[in-house]
Parts: sequence; structure tokens; C-alpha cells
Amino acid sequence: MQKLLLLGDEAIAQGAIDAGLSGVYAYPGTPSTEITEYIQASAEAKERHIRSNWSANEKTAMESAIGMSYAGKKALVCMKHVGLNVAADAFVNSAITGANGGLVILSADDPSMHSSQNEQDSRFYGKFAMIPVLEPSNQQEAYDMTRYAFTLSEKFGTPVLIRVTTRLAHSRSGVLRAEILEQNDLSLPSNLKQFVLLPSIARKQYNLLLGKQAQFEADAAKSGFNALIQGSDTTLGIIACGLAYNYLMENFENHQVPFSVLKIGQYPVPHELVEKLYDTSDEILVLEDGYPVFEELLRGYLNRGKKIMGRMDGTVPAAGELNPNIVAKAIGLPVSEGFQQPKILQGRPPSLCEGCSHTDSFLALNEALTRFSSGRVFSDIGCYTLSALKPLESINSCVDMGASITMAVGAADAGLVPAVAAIGDSTFTHSGMTGLLDAVNNNSPILVLILDNATTGMTGGQDSSAHGRVDDIVKGLGVNEEHIRVIIPLRRNHEENVKIMLEELEFMGVSVIIARRECIQTLGRRMKLKALQKKEAGN
Amino acid sequence: MKKDIILAGVGGQGILTIATVIGTAALIEGLQLKQAEVHGMSQRGGDVQSHLRISSNPIASDLIPEGKADLVISVEPMESLRYINMLNKETGWIITSMNPFVNIPEYPDLEVILNEIWNLPHNVTIDAEKVAKEQGSIKAANIVVLGAALPYLGIKPESFEKAIESIFAKKGDDMVKMNLKALHAGRQLADKRG
Repeated sequence: MQKLLLLGDEAIAQGAIDAGLSGVYAYPGTPSTEITEYIQASAEAKERHIRSNWSANEKTAMESAIGMSYAGKKALVCMKHVGLNVAADAFVNSAITGANGGLVILSADDPSMHSSQNEQDSRFYGKFAMIPVLEPSNQQEAYDMTRYAFTLSEKFGTPVLIRVTTRLAHSRSGVLRAEILEQNDLSLPSNLKQFVLLPSIARKQYNLLLGKQAQFEADAAKSGFNALIQGSDTTLGIIACGLAYNYLMENFENHQVPFSVLKIGQYPVPHELVEKLYDTSDEILVLEDGYPVFEELLRGYLNRGKKIMGRMDGTVPAAGELNPNIVAKAIGLPVSEGFQQPKILQGRPPSLCEGCSHTDSFLALNEALTRFSSGRVFSDIGCYTLSALKPLESINSCVDMGASITMAVGAADAGLVPAVAAIGDSTFTHSGMTGLLDAVNNNSPILVLILDNATTGMTGGQDSSAHGRVDDIVKGLGVNEEHIRVIIPLRRNHEENVKIMLEELEFMGVSVIIARRECIQTLGRRMKLKALQKKEAGN
Repeated sequence: MKKDIILAGVGGQGILTIATVIGTAALIEGLQLKQAEVHGMSQRGGDVQSHLRISSNPIASDLIPEGKADLVISVEPMESLRYINMLNKETGWIITSMNPFVNIPEYPDLEVILNEIWNLPHNVTIDAEKVAKEQGSIKAANIVVLGAALPYLGIKPESFEKAIESIFAKKGDDMVKMNLKALHAGRQLADKRG
């Protein structure tokens, strides 16, 4: 088979296609977006009719995947780590229902918060749901493990979580493909009540899950993704999870480590391997990207055994992603240094694109709000979050998807009137609609500014689930039509837009202003494509 | 053979294209490679970097260790300085365009930036935009910079030509020709200096 040059994300996508996937469900989120995009663009996926449209949010994605698994086919759900919070209800309960067709959940963590609001570790979710977790260390493993995840899922009738981090998701290397497997036929579970989580059935299902735990661990001991490599120097034993293994190898000539190393790629971690390492080493160092998930487990609450080093005792910094130099320092190896960065160096933070509609929306909002005290704009997650920075400095919150509207409701309840919510069209359909219903039911004195650029901009311009129907959705949720206003955020409309905002800020109920202008990135791409098609048609 | 390369620039300047060309050339020569990119937030006019590692032996880490990079190749002068902590102090080269991309209010004086670069033991600074314009399009400035880095990459120039031909083929013959010209012009600049 051919060797492909693939991002970690793409290796996962190819692995899923080759495992006999029937559907991928996802909401875009860095660093997971490229998995679904790869499947959407794949000719093989098209041939096999693998469904791959974007879902409204991670919860709907997760639920659809459970449905496909119920129907006997292989389903993949992809999200960034915080997306798993959104999908958590469905995710945790899918462990209780179990899987029929292979059900694999991919969560991409973002230690160092390259483009996220926290660095939560999805392995905790795997442990919480009590399902197997796979954590690849390189692109080849990303491919192999994705294939294996489907096997594991169908073998034990359980969902399986794959956890990657930004560095692997967005790093490219050679990947060797294996044969492409057949897709499953439609086949319902033998027990048609398996997915009915009434307490009486849920108790049985939960006991089944508890009963599988020993099998999960036994599988992790023999799958080959966990390996104990014995070393000659017994002064230290190293446990390296996922990507940390590479950073460890990087520090030794020809990747020969003198210490014993336990490479971990599948959880629950087998006791027998850990015991062997523990018994034959004087001290233990745990290297894991993300939270000290395994370190804490190994230490125990009283920490009365051998010396265990890692993030919890400061041997490794508590926050941020690992790198070869951090690992060198943790082992006590000399750390290489380059030149010192000069003092004149300035930061270059990301900013809204030149000509972005959001800039015009916020310039108008800033002006409309000058007559009120500051600190009343709740916002959300998207490109427009950049309006928190100079020069706009327009917004006062960004917490989680959809929180702008509901935080404005709460703040208005507390007496902050008027309160403003600023949310994008994709984020609105992701998690803003239910909040707007709350606002309508409360008759909250808030102004909701929906920044409708007809795309999911921040992640690169994927389809927005609003599909141009924001007005209808808002109307349908019960907002008074007189207070649904549409503006076009352009510099030349500035005065008029300010005026409309001022009118709606005065209204003591829910008003919605839809600021509608296409994202200039997607517009540019559309125009380029159009020109190309015209040229081709002419030839 | 082993080269650890930091690619630097601002979102939209085409550093990922440089990475793709070097990566493809490396594959043509049967080398192994790992290339870590930055996606998402940093593309919005912010600083962008990529770690590119090529080697005849297996590569462990996706990230280059600090102080171990053989090359910093940058399409923007201030951005080249952002990664000199990654550079090997004894043997590392910095190869950068001299054309500033000013999208922040406190952008330092260009002369100060260039002096910092010229103070480093091994550096190549080129007016990539001027050269690219002479070859047909200012957009090829990234390929001009790549051309200037050619003598330091340890890969045959023919492999780069093949890489450019395959990568730009779908954009038409004119694009292939223009980028090949940009590559050669960049290389000639480096040769003159060396």
C-alpha cells in the first residue's frame, strides 16, 4: 500500500474510512476540524456514501452517531476538547447503552491553549465514562489506532474514545495504509431495549459496563499499544503517555534510553506493566501532555510509596504542552539553548481581517453604547471574540458556546439594563437558540446582536447550520417581529446602524439585530471559484 | 542527513507553501519528515510558524528542541527574530526576507530589526519582494526566500524543481514557470552572498 503524507487529523480520517466507516458527525473546532474536512473531500468516502455534513453542535453530532451505531453501522464523532463538554450527556450515557455498530469518539485537546479557553484533558472523560481510551504518539499510530478503535468498539460493544493533542493533530508525517474494510450492513441490536435507559434497564446495562472493565484492561495489556521497554539503568523508570514518548526519545542518541520506559497508548493502563516498571526502578517519572491524569492515579492520595515525579511535584511545569526541552530538564539532561530573543520583538496577535463585517458591527455598537456605562457586552466564541482586543475592545465576556445570550439574561436579571449579547450565526445555531428562548420567556431587556456572516469563520469557513435562516429561527423562537432588525454592517451604513442599535437598546424586552454580511474570506474564495469556473467554461 | 527547520512569517504569507515544497522535495529524495503547523486562531494576521524536520533516520519529536534548529527561514524580518531561541548557536543559519509586514502599531524600526539579524553569526537577508516582482509576481516572495535557503537545505535543486512542478501543476503552466523563476532568482542571490 502507498505511503501518504498526512496530518494527524487526516491520518485519523483515513483510518476511519479504511475501517469501514459509514458516517462522521462533527461541529468544527480547532484542532479537530481537518478530520471531517478530509472525509468531506475524500473521493473514496464519496464512493462509499459516507455521510459527513456538519452537525449543529457536538451533542447533536454525538447523538446522531449513537443512532448510527444503534443501526449497526460504524460512526465517528469528532470534536475539540471543550466540545466534549457539550456532548457529555450523550457521551457518558453512550457508555451505558453500549455500542452496536462501532462507535468512536475523537476529542482533540489543546494544551497550551493555542486556540481554546482551557486545557482540559479528555482522558478524564474516558475514565469518567469508563470506556477504553486510545492515545496515539504519531501519525502512523493515529491511523492504526483509529482502525483498532472500531474493532475494539465492536468486540466489546462499547464506545471508544481517541484522544489527541494539537501537536499531533496538526503535524504531518508519512503514513502507511492497510487494506480498506467493508462497511457494515444495517443490523439492529439483538436486544431492542438495550438503548432504553429506564432505570431498570440502565442498572443492568451499567453492571454490564462494570463487568467489562477487566476485559478493557486485559486488552490494553496485549494490544501492542502499551509496551514496557526494559533499560539497564534502574535509578529511574519513565512512564510516557502518547506524544510524550516522542519527546523522551528525542533526547537520546539513536533513541536509545538507558532507563526502563513504559510507553502508554491505551487506557485503562494495565497494572501488570506498571507493577513491573515500579518494582524495577528506584524512582518514577510520569510524562503526559495535559493534566497529570495517570500521575495522580499512580501517586495515590497519600503518596507513601516510591518517589513519583511529574507535573504534581513541579518536575514538569503544571501548565502547557510538553516539548523536548521540558523533558530533558525533567530527566536532568543538559538543555540546549539558542540565541536570546531581542527586546525590540513585538507580539503579533491575531486580528480581524481587513474588511471584516464584525469590525463595522462593533464600531457601531461601541458608538451606540457610549451613552451607557461600560461593561455590558456579553459575547461568544468565534472570530468576533477578537473584538475584545485593541483597537475595538468591545466585549466583556467569552465563556462557552452560546453563553452570550444567557449571561446577558442573568446580568439583566441582576439589574444591568440594557445588557447586550453579541454572537455569530454558527454559534447561535450551536447553542444560542435555547438561550434566546429563555430570554423570550423572561421578556429580558436585552439586545441580541447576531453577527451573521453565513459561515463558521474562525475554523476556516465551514457551513453554518443557520444556512441563511437566522430571521426565521429568531421569529420562530417568539421574538416580536417589530424588534427583529436586519442591518448591513458597512462603513457607509454606520450612522443608520448606530441609530437602529440605539432604538433597540431603549426597548425593554428582547430585541434582535441581525448584522448580515458575508465573511470576506469565504466571499473571496467564492469569487475565485466563480472566476475559475467561468474561465473553464470559456475554454 | 538531518535538517531541522523553523519556518516563520505572518498568516497568509505562504509559509505553509514553503513547507509543502521542502516536504515534497524531501520525499522525492526518499527522506523522512515531520512537519508541525499552526492552524486556527493564528492565521488571522498573527504570527505563524512551522517546525519542519527532515532526516534519513526516523524522527521522534514533531517539535524541534530549542537551540537545535539548523535553519530559520522567514518571509518577514521581525518574525525571523521570534525564533532565534530555536537556532543552534554554533551552526544555525537565519535566512529571511527584509520586507516588513506592518499590521501592529508598535512595529519596531526596520533598521533596528535588520541590525539584530546582521549581528547573528550566520545570516542571509534578501529583498524578496523586489526579486519576486522582477520574476512576475510579488506573491512569489515566499518561493524567492526558499530559493535563497536552497544551498543550506542539503537537498538537490532538481528535487525542488520537481516539487514545484507537482505542487503548482493544478494552477497552470504559468504559475509553475513563475515559481521556478522565483526559486532560481532567490538561489542566485544566496550564491552571490556566499
